[in-house]
Amino acid sequence: MAYNLNINGEQKSFDVDEDMPLLWVIRDVAGLTGTKFGCGLAQCGACTVHVDGVPTRSCQLQVSDAVGSTITTIEGVTGKVAETVQKVWADLDVPQCGYCQSGQVMAAVALLNETPKPTDEDINDALSGNLCRCATYQRIRAGIHEAAKRLEA
Amino acid sequence: MLNKIIPALNPGKIETSRRGFLLGASAVAGGLMVGMRSAPVSAASSGAAAGEPANPLTGYIHIAPDNSVTILSSQFDMGQGPYHGLATLVVEELGADWSQIDVKGAAGNTKLYGNIMWGGAVQGTGGSTSMATSFDRYRQAGAAAREMLIAAAAETWGVAASEITISGGKLTDTSGNSATFGDMAAKAATMPLPQDVKLKDADEWTQIGNEKLRRFDSAAKTNGTHGFTIDVKLDGMLTAVVAHPPKFGARVKSFDATEALKVRGVTDVVEIPRGVAVVGEHMWAVIKGREALMVEWDEAQAETRGSAEIMADYKARAGDAQQATARTEGDTAAALAAAAKVIEATYEFPYLAHAAMEPLNAVARKNADGTLEVWGGHQIPDVYQGISAKIAGVKPEQVTMHVMTTGGGFGRRAVADGDVVAEAVSVAKAIDFKAPVKVQWTREDDMRGGRYRPAYVHSFKAGLDKDNKLVAWHNHIVGQSIVAGTPFEGLIKDGVDSTSVEGASNIPYGIQNINVGLTTTDVKVPVLWWRAVGSTHTAYAVESFLDEVIAEVGADPYAYRMELLKDHPRHAAVLKLAADKAGWNTPAPEGRFRGLAVHESFASVVAHIAEISMENGTPTVHKVTVAVDCGIAVNPDTIKAQLEGGTGFGLGSILAEELTLVNGEVEQGNYDTYTPLRIDAMPQVDVHIVPSTNKPTGVGEPGVPSIGPAVANAIAAAGGRRIRVLPMSKSMGT
Repeated sequence: MAYNLNINGEQKSFDVDEDMPLLWVIRDVAGLTGTKFGCGLAQCGACTVHVDGVPTRSCQLQVSDAVGSTITTIEGVTGKVAETVQKVWADLDVPQCGYCQSGQVMAAVALLNETPKPTDEDINDALSGNLCRCATYQRIRAGIHEAAKRLEA
Repeated sequence: MLNKIIPALNPGKIETSRRGFLLGASAVAGGLMVGMRSAPVSAASSGAAAGEPANPLTGYIHIAPDNSVTILSSQFDMGQGPYHGLATLVVEELGADWSQIDVKGAAGNTKLYGNIMWGGAVQGTGGSTSMATSFDRYRQAGAAAREMLIAAAAETWGVAASEITISGGKLTDTSGNSATFGDMAAKAATMPLPQDVKLKDADEWTQIGNEKLRRFDSAAKTNGTHGFTIDVKLDGMLTAVVAHPPKFGARVKSFDATEALKVRGVTDVVEIPRGVAVVGEHMWAVIKGREALMVEWDEAQAETRGSAEIMADYKARAGDAQQATARTEGDTAAALAAAAKVIEATYEFPYLAHAAMEPLNAVARKNADGTLEVWGGHQIPDVYQGISAKIAGVKPEQVTMHVMTTGGGFGRRAVADGDVVAEAVSVAKAIDFKAPVKVQWTREDDMRGGRYRPAYVHSFKAGLDKDNKLVAWHNHIVGQSIVAGTPFEGLIKDGVDSTSVEGASNIPYGIQNINVGLTTTDVKVPVLWWRAVGSTHTAYAVESFLDEVIAEVGADPYAYRMELLKDHPRHAAVLKLAADKAGWNTPAPEGRFRGLAVHESFASVVAHIAEISMENGTPTVHKVTVAVDCGIAVNPDTIKAQLEGGTGFGLGSILAEELTLVNGEVEQGNYDTYTPLRIDAMPQVDVHIVPSTNKPTGVGEPGVPSIGPAVANAIAAAGGRRIRVLPMSKSMGT
């Protein structure tokens, strides 16, 4: 069956099974590989995308449930908050292997959109679902605080 | 981690004197390629390396007419930053601008890329050796390229070479001439090779040791454009998952693909040596196809014990006589018999999974001309080249290995039998090479695919004389050998696999009578090096038990260690720096407790001081102070990042990581039950680097070992119990 999805502002039709997770539609059919597969069980956050602005594990959202929503992936995330987060990530050299960082950035952007001056506790709550096996957490935390500071200025 | 193993794989070492770095250069597509002049050595015994002429990817630096500078890295980057490190060395000597720089993984020429720390016999990344093997090689490559560019400009402008300056990616002279590298690339390639390039003195460095340098690859790793093996897309490529046996050592007896083949998008179901592969158009199709596949396994040769039985056996054997002795000094048995007091303890360590974020994968394609290309996180590409060639029935020199950076590795991608690389070629072959194939493991495949940090038991006896002096130390280690039964078996000397005892057999403490023994067990659970290898358990065991001894004496853990380290100034200096920075000699804040540990691994020395609080029997680690001596700090900020991350990685492992088996089958499948550290448990980590003029040593692994015992010792300092069974989560909250 064909499902009409809005990904990064483009409306496209995908002829796939209804139970196909959005992750695999994005990666294997739409060809947007910035969103990563890490667990397939909403345990690692590497597949985080924004669905109507809300950070969502795309491995757990089946394509039929994504119809009618606005989906944003790392390739399509824009705006002052996203640009600031990405700039800060590079300025602080947050990534090591980098595999989880698309998901970390998407989670951080969503947090800052919702909470412009997050506390450490807010960061823990918002990002504890995003695993980083390299444990870059100290710089992720510093990066979110720094982005908040720059956005306030 | 692969220290010393490669000579075991290929006893015929190549020349590693300065001659081994002699550079050559050639014109490549109008540009300059600086690499090795001499012909490659013959292939390694297992996993042959291709000859230089057959592989176009030779050399270290390619300067193209478009002014781009591509550094071909002998070292594989799994996140620890060797690409950035090698680029720093080249930029320093070449005088390039960072905006010109890209780094690509190289493979296929042992002479060029063989790891010098392993005798140069095989290309590979491991044992935290990337900077050590590259420090001279890549600086010399950069310097040679610089001289050739200058020579080209001198000839073009008719000026003396001495009048030319090279800096920021530009060549200029005193009379106003100016050129880019790209302008001079073609001509530079025709210049004579500089015979004796002079490297910059340390006081001339602007890149090496510059803490403000940023990694060239951070932006791409932040906007989704950095490509991993999982992202490789080739025309007509199919995706495959493999059904592996649920028990280690089992094999396929029979399978029924009828239902699997009915799944939309599944194209093929084929048996390969390691299981049954379901092949199809995309990942979701093959996941569903595999769920519909029926496989009957022959478990006659399988391991059927659980981890509880394995550990019970180890504990019993820890009390028996040791099979082999890794180190003996004095007469430990007599000293223990004569001691005024003997302290005993046993420590237990579980199996651990690497659980890197990018599940294992590889891509294989056979081309119409008979050549084979293999994409993957090739940690030992020469070996994988040989394995791939053998499976595909082609010559090694017909195989091109594309070395991809990978989403974490931690040792998991250095496997003697090729593992997922072999699977990708096997699946492609099983479908008659009709299409390129990507084999992608799921998280559960990765968690249950074996190759774990082995489980170990350490038993200890320490003897104190009547003056409370530590006079005897006996440590018996029981567990599987990582190298036994692999091509690296030659590493076992006198019954001792050094990867089982490293960090325990070389303790630096001045004790008159020392005996470190090993009993190697025979278990069919596949094991492997896991970030910091032997030190993952030896550091915890040794530094925790020593703390027990010091507590028994009633001494200060810092002062007592410093006394025992009198003959090891490097260890003492690292420990002192950590203690000074952590304020060890001032009281901890109210409700906080400190513990410390110091450990040498991969030629670096690291000390950790953990500051914790306890609530309901559970520790919270607030602050960690780290000191490291890793020789010359090429990239200080990368070193800090590695020590921060290594600390988090090590902390997660001792707090809550454990892989268990029941009836031979792994219980954990995903991150819900195998639980690495998350952001809410990450402490503040402050890293301090000991200034050094010695050659660089490792930083990828040495951050891991000593955080665990530092935390354990802080828990004891808080009045908590000595935690001798890992992970700590087993005994928390009680």
